[in-house]
Amino acid sequence: MPALIGRHEDFLIVSGLAGTSRDVATLTRDGAHSYTMAGAMGGACMIGLGLALARPDKRVLVVTGDGELLMNVGALATIAMLNPPNLAIICVDNGHYGETGYQKSHTSLGVDLEKIAAGSGIKATRMISAEEELGDGARMLREGNGTAFVGCA
Amino acid sequence: MDERNDAPARWQDELYDPLRRNNISQFAYVSDAGHHVLIDRSLADPGVRSVALTTEEEGVALLAGADLGGARGVLLMQSSGAGNCVNMLSLIKGGRFPFLTLVSMRGDFGEGNPWQFPMGQAVQPILGAMGVICLRVERPEEVVPTVSAALTMVFQTGHAVAVLLTQKLLGAKQF
Repeated sequence: MPALIGRHEDFLIVSGLAGTSRDVATLTRDGAHSYTMAGAMGGACMIGLGLALARPDKRVLVVTGDGELLMNVGALATIAMLNPPNLAIICVDNGHYGETGYQKSHTSLGVDLEKIAAGSGIKATRMISAEEELGDGARMLREGNGTAFVGCA
Repeated sequence: MDERNDAPARWQDELYDPLRRNNISQFAYVSDAGHHVLIDRSLADPGVRSVALTTEEEGVALLAGADLGGARGVLLMQSSGAGNCVNMLSLIKGGRFPFLTLVSMRGDFGEGNPWQFPMGQAVQPILGAMGVICLRVERPEEVVPTVSAALTMVFQTGHAVAVLLTQKLLGAKQF
């Protein structure tokens, strides 16, 4: 994640639960530019949207997991409709609910969150599964004229 | 045809300006006849962002994010949507976010659709249990003063307030 995000101070960061929150807190040293959640599952993407609309002068990054995103997957449709260019979503898709006993999530069983994001209308989407793809993903978080979705499998 | 749609009451038009004067810049909504004037005016206003939601809890999280960025918003929903918000209200309470919602009520005075009663009757106890103060409005002349009071409570003191626009005010539905 540090390689994908790069200079974290360039973003206002909202994280989902558990692993992604710990990673963001560690990366930013729990800085004032991060808001890490430990509850209210399913809210990370929409907090990011509200923040991105409120602060068009800043880049906003949501870092969440497959379970947290699946709980409110309609948020991708809401975000795509507005398509703020200063918003990007990273979904760390490990296919499991890491905090509750590592049960398989829907993405282990055939659900494809990148396709859902694309089908919702988010135009800039991609999955990253190898180190050499990180550069492309990093560019998507910082460039483009619409919201970006980057999944990490 | 929804009789509530035919001629918007004057208070519906009068409500938009106090919201804008108080710097509300994000209007989050799930489509609803009771709020159609506010929804249409926000869509036509280049100075605000109007956000159609797939479910009401998205709006709760949106308004928390707006506050993180120094902006103010309002969630427009029907009473059935209050149930969809419940766990996300943990975010409002835990993060002490200001939160304003206008709720058009079903399942109360004169309701003709039995499906609307369970949630309509549960709105106040459920929102109250999650720390949201409910202000009920029954008469047209009370709407603007009540929403103005709610704006003060929310944005000067950081509390969560729901203004319940009752069916005595809106007119009951027969279906």
